[in-house]
Amino acid sequence: MKTYDAIVVGAGHNGLANAAFLAKAGLNVVCVEKNDYIGGATVSRNLYEDWTYSNCSYVCSLLRPEIYRSLELHRHGLQVTPYGGGVTFLQDGGYYGNYHDSEVAYREKARFSRHDADAYERYSSDTMRQCRFIRDFLLRTPPDPTSFKPKDIIELVHLGAKFMEMGEDRMYETIRFWTMSVAEYLDEYFESDVIKTALSGSGIIGTALGIHSPGTAYVLLHHYMGEVDGNAGAWGFARGGMGAVAKALAGAYQSYGGELRTESGVAQIVVKNGRVKGVALENGEEIDAPVVVSAMDVKRTFLKCMDKNDLPEAFHNRVKNFKIRGSSGKLNIALDGLPEFPAIPKGSTLYHSDMHTVDSMERMERAYDDWKAGTWSKDPYVDMLIPTLVDPTMAPPGKHFMSVFVQYCPYEIEGRRWTPEERDAFGKTVIDQIGNHSPNFKDLIRHVEVRTPQDIEDDIGITEGNIFHGELTMDQLLFNRPVPGYAQYRGPVGGLYMCASSAHPGGGVMAAPGANAAREILSDLKRRNTVPENFGDD
Amino acid sequence: MSNAEVEQRMLRSPFYPRQAELDMLSAWHGWKGYQAADAFYCEDMEYFAIRNSTGVFDLTPMTKYRITGTDALEYMDRLVTRDMRKVQPGRVAYAVWCDDQGQVIDDGTIFHLRDNEYRLCSQERHLDWLTAAAIGFDVAVTEETADVAGLAVQGPTSFSVLSNMGIKGIGELKPFGLMHADFRGSELMISRTGFTGDLGYELWIEPGKAIDLWDALFEAGKLHGIRAIGTHALNLARIEAGYLQAGNEFLPADLTVRPGRTRSPLELGLEWLVDFKKPNFNGRRALAEEKRRGSRWRLVKLDIEGNKAAHNSYIFAKAKRNRAAIGFVTSAAWSPVCKQNIAIGTVRAPHGAVGDSVWVEVYYQREMHWSRVMARATVVDKPFWFPPRRGATPPGPY
Amino acid sequence: MTEKYDAIVIGAGHNGLVCAALLGKAGKRVLVLEANEGVGGAAVTRPFADGYSVSACAHLLYQLQPEVTKELGLRPRLAADNIDTIVLGDGGAHVRYSADGIKGVGQEDADRYRAFQKRMQRFAGLLQTYLNKAPPRLGTRDRQSLFTLARLGLDLRMLGREHMQEFLRVIGMNIYDELVENFDSPLLKGGLSVDAVLGTHLGPRSPNTILTYLYRLAGNNGRVAVPAGGLGSVSEAIANCARDSGVTIRTGMPVSRILVDNGRVAGVETESGEQFPSLTVVSNADPKRTIMELVGARHFETRFTHRAHHIRMRGNAAKLHLALDGLPTFEGLDKKDYAERMLVAPDENYVERSFNPAKYGETSPEPVMEIVFPSFRDESLAPTGKHVLSAVVQYAPYRLKGGWTDAAREAFRQTAIRTIARYAPDIEQRIVASEMLTPADIEREFHMTGGHWHHGELTLDQFMFVRPVAGAAQYQLPLDGLFLCGAGAHPGGGVSGAPGRNAAKAILAREKAS
Repeated sequence: MKTYDAIVVGAGHNGLANAAFLAKAGLNVVCVEKNDYIGGATVSRNLYEDWTYSNCSYVCSLLRPEIYRSLELHRHGLQVTPYGGGVTFLQDGGYYGNYHDSEVAYREKARFSRHDADAYERYSSDTMRQCRFIRDFLLRTPPDPTSFKPKDIIELVHLGAKFMEMGEDRMYETIRFWTMSVAEYLDEYFESDVIKTALSGSGIIGTALGIHSPGTAYVLLHHYMGEVDGNAGAWGFARGGMGAVAKALAGAYQSYGGELRTESGVAQIVVKNGRVKGVALENGEEIDAPVVVSAMDVKRTFLKCMDKNDLPEAFHNRVKNFKIRGSSGKLNIALDGLPEFPAIPKGSTLYHSDMHTVDSMERMERAYDDWKAGTWSKDPYVDMLIPTLVDPTMAPPGKHFMSVFVQYCPYEIEGRRWTPEERDAFGKTVIDQIGNHSPNFKDLIRHVEVRTPQDIEDDIGITEGNIFHGELTMDQLLFNRPVPGYAQYRGPVGGLYMCASSAHPGGGVMAAPGANAAREILSDLKRRNTVPENFGDD
Repeated sequence: MSNAEVEQRMLRSPFYPRQAELDMLSAWHGWKGYQAADAFYCEDMEYFAIRNSTGVFDLTPMTKYRITGTDALEYMDRLVTRDMRKVQPGRVAYAVWCDDQGQVIDDGTIFHLRDNEYRLCSQERHLDWLTAAAIGFDVAVTEETADVAGLAVQGPTSFSVLSNMGIKGIGELKPFGLMHADFRGSELMISRTGFTGDLGYELWIEPGKAIDLWDALFEAGKLHGIRAIGTHALNLARIEAGYLQAGNEFLPADLTVRPGRTRSPLELGLEWLVDFKKPNFNGRRALAEEKRRGSRWRLVKLDIEGNKAAHNSYIFAKAKRNRAAIGFVTSAAWSPVCKQNIAIGTVRAPHGAVGDSVWVEVYYQREMHWSRVMARATVVDKPFWFPPRRGATPPGPY
Repeated sequence: MTEKYDAIVIGAGHNGLVCAALLGKAGKRVLVLEANEGVGGAAVTRPFADGYSVSACAHLLYQLQPEVTKELGLRPRLAADNIDTIVLGDGGAHVRYSADGIKGVGQEDADRYRAFQKRMQRFAGLLQTYLNKAPPRLGTRDRQSLFTLARLGLDLRMLGREHMQEFLRVIGMNIYDELVENFDSPLLKGGLSVDAVLGTHLGPRSPNTILTYLYRLAGNNGRVAVPAGGLGSVSEAIANCARDSGVTIRTGMPVSRILVDNGRVAGVETESGEQFPSLTVVSNADPKRTIMELVGARHFETRFTHRAHHIRMRGNAAKLHLALDGLPTFEGLDKKDYAERMLVAPDENYVERSFNPAKYGETSPEPVMEIVFPSFRDESLAPTGKHVLSAVVQYAPYRLKGGWTDAAREAFRQTAIRTIARYAPDIEQRIVASEMLTPADIEREFHMTGGHWHHGELTLDQFMFVRPVAGAAQYQLPLDGLFLCGAGAHPGGGVSGAPGRNAAKAILAREKAS
């Protein structure tokens, strides 16, 4: 039987990034994936005729440029094209545009409030200040505040110094930013409900909280701290869909000699004498290695793929209580042509942007109330995009693909599995809502894939289909992520590591958890570090 | 505003049709959303119009606010660091305003139009700050950038041009004075202000009369060498005058992201604008503390040996064996009128006292190749260019 | 101008009185000016119907800090101590709990409840230490601040690795998840949810409700008491302490403004136009009122007033007072149970649902309630044989859509009575007179902006270092001579005396330094 230095479980983008850095350091690595395709939720799938769907994640911004460069992803086919702005359709038939050009954006905001047009600059600066603070920690391992190890103390001091550097007043602002709700944060800058609503979506995407829930201002950051070519906060499309990211990572990984096995679901992570021994596949095969890295979420890793008796009880309980909630659904739609949105002026650049249909803070919050009651939002927040306007590879010429992200959509309906009828009804809710703003939309539909959190869990394996592998609330961030005492990528069993979004710094197609875990593994193995450092000062 | 207006690349000032006729270079840039000229036909000649005859610069994109209400004076007085009680109606004041940490948000000119009414002109936009500052005051703050067209008329013959236009009483207008005249049934406001350090005026009128005003001005100035000028010429003149430019010499404190990149008025050499006798103004506590403790930075005007302009240069304490730069140049130029190599920069205190010698690392390019010189520079006190005619009332005809 | 005082305290709320008494004890000449006719502010007993009196705002005592009672030599007379909480269930199946134990739930829940209380009280104990200190300033070289910060770090470490991790994890969490993870009994989960959200604009699912729960425990370890003579008697007792220390208290003297001269405080002026000079003014009024109205924004700086302007302080708690001709009949309660605290909170989702409308400026159709019969052990409050029901009713948002008209108040009063009737069907027959105080009424009567108990929402973004706002957490406002001593300052509301005591210490320390 062939043996390996390390087994990476799951070929999601973090698993692949992790495997690539390990292989680059010369380790003999195998990455096993349960599906017959790679990428996990970073995937392009051909589910209908000649259409390609980014059927889970759909845009790219957070992918760390350090990783992009260090793994030479461009050589493996990755090309990220920025797209601009967004639009919110208003109930009265009007619209609010969020333009890429700052002066145009200024004039547009001034249509709603001159005050807000000015305030936006201060808002951006204040938010960017928080982005810079957190960005420094994306490619670092969180310190353990309870530890007295020099490494932890050095990291804690670094964290403290970064914080102190802001100066007294900004330190207070930072404390507030990390604890307040996105609605209240926005209230301190803006007066226009429409502008606030347009900005607030980023505070709740993928999150089982409402815009008024404390802690959601931070989630906003999670959508702002990305970049495309140094344009902070910009978003882009991966040419060929999000699967191109996974494909490039896999390409890099294989170029370093890594081995990739699909249709190799792991039944169990095998532990012997308090150390990992390897994995047992669902097909009965066993693979041995002294290092096993899980790219699955923590719940799946420890509650489904490990024996409870192999884990400390306190750890097991904490994992059980880890919050990873299904709150978002997805519709992937093949269109016969470009839908009309009469609200947007002809020829406007707004066609090429994120489109939203919720135009008031009250509607945003009410959408959350439905989720709390155990059902999908009857008036949901949708984030829809037509990537085919930018990317010619995803549909036949003249045809289009529309990606619709929907918040909120629960994992279970009132505590039980979804029925097919309910899934259809959910899809209809969303399509009707889009139809309200586009008269020909329904006629153009050729095929719709409706995905509830349950479907995502069933397909990809992410518990509750949560896009971040765990809520981004304070109790689950930084040294608390995934659970206190285990934030440094090491599991509770020797040789076992966690490299996916359940670990710091969390979800989104960032690849940072994968890279950070690789750095820790290489350090434990006393191997050369292949993981890049933060570019700094951006 | 219609969608087309929102989405258009750049707004056009009401003077644009006339400027477009004069334009030979097609060198435009964006200025707060407006299309503004770098230069129209020749930077050098435009510059010399300012120093030798009259240059006309379109000020419309300057951000303008009107502050009205019974608390207007108290509001302005709390907003800016200088004592606004001393600025009578009909006077204009240069002022800076700070955040609560005593860091400069912006500088600008404040026109005391009449009792309880001010206009604030600045480079950056501040409606949200000015609105926040209005909490607890009986004032209304309105933005009026697009409602007022402005022209700077600057240079030794500017007085003659305006006299020639038939503006009565212009001779009595003192520096930082303000007057109103009738222009074809509209109110024309004239202030003796400018950004060139020379004799000059600024004219303010409703946008509908903008073209008429331009035409009348150029007709009156025909025999006095009147010329339209672009931003490049104006910038050279303002460096000679030693004026600060937001974005160069300081950044608006509320929009600055990195710690330590902001400046206080004391660090910008503007202590003369800070009146600690006022019991309260924004930034007072922090500035009093800074005064007690000492500043971190100091703005310097540099007279540099040689003739290679010190763009973006580091400043050192010594010619050799420096461990680290003590600062850097923020604006630099060869001054055609002073025949001097001049610069404005920022250095760490206690460096940069008047009379100090520092060293400037200058890179310059000749036929592709770059060269480097360490040039000695002297910290000077006065503006590089400060002609007597600037202050003369009545001004001479020149 | 009249005689000069070392300090003037605006408002004879319990915190103002604590502060005044401590300043008096330190030998300062102190004048307290109170707008209402009696002392106590929101800790007050007053008649509301012929022969009936009630604690008109706060009605239970559970947070009074031992440091305060010790330093003032205060011994509040209690009508009942360590009362139980009874979460009312349908058909008389109630759950009752106290700081020490629980009844009416399965063995597993009972065990977990004890473990839960132990854990929470440990954290509350740590919190309590810091409720009784001025929050340190961050990023300064101020020695006291550095010391407190170092101490905080040390105290966290002293919790031990496991508890420290747990503390850092739960402090930002919501109570809902914690309850659902721990307990089965819906009534228990409902009751504890109410404990966490009472007086706030939060539902049990809102992150931050562990903090509000701990805050509640951080007094008398979760023990709840009913003072004899109502809360007003506690205020009277503190007032007497103050008078004994030479403090002058003048009631019926509403302060209209704080005088500012040459950038510093110079005294106060009352509505009648009388001026009282003093170089130290301590405001027990809420921070918004103090900064924006009593002093005026113009005497501060822009970012500071912008922050003060944005302090969230919109109350959600209404107060219902019923004068009863006898005790109503609650199914499944013994006579003696009327001495306890009753909650209407059938389950945790009920509490959350009850919160939902408040977000949109609507009242709860099915409110949560905290009900007590203060007259049960205290005959001074009602004619013999008659009784008083005092209840906190949530959620009644301060900014109600359409405003708090008489009709809106009446509708909410009926909603509250209907809610009680679910458990005590004969309640309506017992009512002789009633009073409903909405947050708007509370604002008017007790001069608290937004009618908010805590003078500012008790959430992490308005807590400790940033309470009431960044730059003023050490009781001293950025105007020389002006201090805050009310619930709007650290640590927050409740009849704790902590802000008053901390403020007094800050004032005395400052004087020593200068």
